[in-house]
Amino acid sequence: MSEPIAITVDGETVTGLAGQTVAGVLLAAGRLSWRRTRSGAPRGVFCGIGACFDCLLTVNGVADVRACRRRAADGDEIRTQSREEGA
Amino acid sequence: MTHVVIVGAGPAGLAAAEHALAAGADVTVLDQADVPGGQYHRGASHRFEALLSRCTWWPESTVWALEGKRVHVLRGPADGTNRRRHTLEPDALVLATGAHDRVLPFPGWQLPGVFTAGAAQALAKGERVAVGQRVLVAGAGPFLLPVAASLLDIGAGVRAVLEANPVRTVLSGWSWRAAAHVGKLNELVHYAGKLARHRVPYLLGRAVVEARGDDRVREAVTARVRADWSVVPGTERTYRVDALCVGHGFAGQPELAVAAGCVLDGGFVRVGLDQRTSVPGVFAAGEITGIGGAVAAAAEGAIAGWAAAGRTPGRALLERRDHARAFARRLAAAHPIGAAWPGWLREDTVVCRCEETTYGDLKSAAADPATPGPHALKLGTRAGLGPCQGRMCGAAVAELCGGAERHHRPIAQPIRLGELAEPKENP
Ligand SMILES: Cc1cc2nc3c(=O)[nH]c(=O)nc-3n(C[C@H](O)[C@@H](O)[C@H](O)COP(=O)(O)OP(=O)(O)OC[C@H]3O[C@@H](n4cnc5c(N)ncnc54)[C@H](O)[C@@H]3O)c2cc1C
Ligand code: FES
Repeated sequence: MSEPIAITVDGETVTGLAGQTVAGVLLAAGRLSWRRTRSGAPRGVFCGIGACFDCLLTVNGVADVRACRRRAADGDEIRTQSREEGA
Repeated sequence: MTHVVIVGAGPAGLAAAEHALAAGADVTVLDQADVPGGQYHRGASHRFEALLSRCTWWPESTVWALEGKRVHVLRGPADGTNRRRHTLEPDALVLATGAHDRVLPFPGWQLPGVFTAGAAQALAKGERVAVGQRVLVAGAGPFLLPVAASLLDIGAGVRAVLEANPVRTVLSGWSWRAAAHVGKLNELVHYAGKLARHRVPYLLGRAVVEARGDDRVREAVTARVRADWSVVPGTERTYRVDALCVGHGFAGQPELAVAAGCVLDGGFVRVGLDQRTSVPGVFAAGEITGIGGAVAAAAEGAIAGWAAAGRTPGRALLERRDHARAFARRLAAAHPIGAAWPGWLREDTVVCRCEETTYGDLKSAAADPATPGPHALKLGTRAGLGPCQGRMCGAAVAELCGGAERHHRPIAQPIRLGELAEPKENP
């Protein structure tokens, strides 16, 4: 786990290391939240293993991917999402 | 030859694979993760290459439904589209799907920057990512110590580790002889030494009762709590933090066992002496049968694998498991959940994170004669009906409103409608 990779988050480039999950890349880059609930509250990682569904985001056009369970790949296009959009 | 399918490649599933192979079975191991090891062996997946080369090993394989012993699998990246659908029909099935953290609700626990203890551990151990630089670790149970140690290992600052139970409760459960027997004493001394070297206080009888911040956590309010976890007024203390890691033990992930029709006891799969569930041909091992740590999980897995292959487990195997289980029971007694925790909640405290159902919503629904029973309560408040299907709030809602927690989730893991509609099934 040392090869650098780059992904984009809402168009902005974020770098991480191969082997990290999308959640790991975002947290390491200082991003703590990337989803909004129905009431507009921000959410990011909570359980870290796929049980809470707080960390959902859109990966390469596919919505509702759990960031903590998806390995980041170089060139991934990530979009943040809100419950209205994803539901 | 007996075909044994094992769901979950954590300590329990891997030990089951090893013993089922030794007993002469044909073994398939699958896990939704892309590497073996489960929650415990993070970063050490290479250790299992030799073992898995003798099995059919399916990484990135999510079991999303069971019909009896028929296993429905989706293969491909987590939550992807176009994953391939497969069905397996084994002679015996070993379920070893593990656990997730249990966190009791408190005001502000939904803020970004509040993590489960396990999440902090997974990120630190598996990805070398620190959840913050000024971190408070709090809750109940021995797991808080390795979490703090892993954070220190990757250079994060830990402000304190707080165990809600008082010294007297903790010491009554820990037995040095038992700890020495399962090899836990060295571990404990190691963690205590590490905390001391980094000047991290380990405080007992203190709990986080509120997280504060606007868009993210910035402060954690702690308080002294009595043995039942009721707050001692006037003992509040505020820490400035950039992350808060909380864990009040673990909850099993029994949905597949429930789908198979296995009987549960208090949220865990009921097993017999040889890890047999109430359903013929279905075995269960590890944290889905009770929280006991990696050693107990592996000991149970060994028995389950052996028995699933049609053999009778010997005395030595059974004794190893019974010792590990006995120690786990003592630990559970040392770190109980205090009954007065609902005293931390306010009317506007979020209880169901997905649907943002508050304590006030739940109380008024529970008091309403028009919504008797857990089912009506759910429909009335939407608690437990969001994406996590009550995994996070189920136990708390059941405790706050009375009634039993429901573990029945007909679809154990999400499958996309497109994948479901795709008629093609692979062998
Ligand atoms: C986030 C977290 C971190 C932890 N970290 C540690 C630690 O560092 N040290 C420690 O001593 N204890 C840790 N624990 C406690 C831990 O649960 C163990 O004691 C031990 O790993 C339990 O072993 P197990 O085999 O029962 O389950 P697990 O190790 O949890 O393994 C279960 C496996 O089943 C797989 N699985 C679950 N459902 C499905 C499905 N539907 N389809 C396919 N595969 C599935 C999972 O991907 C997982 O790999 C942690 C627990 C959690 C929740
Ligand atoms: S953080 Fe809980 S599902 Fe990803």
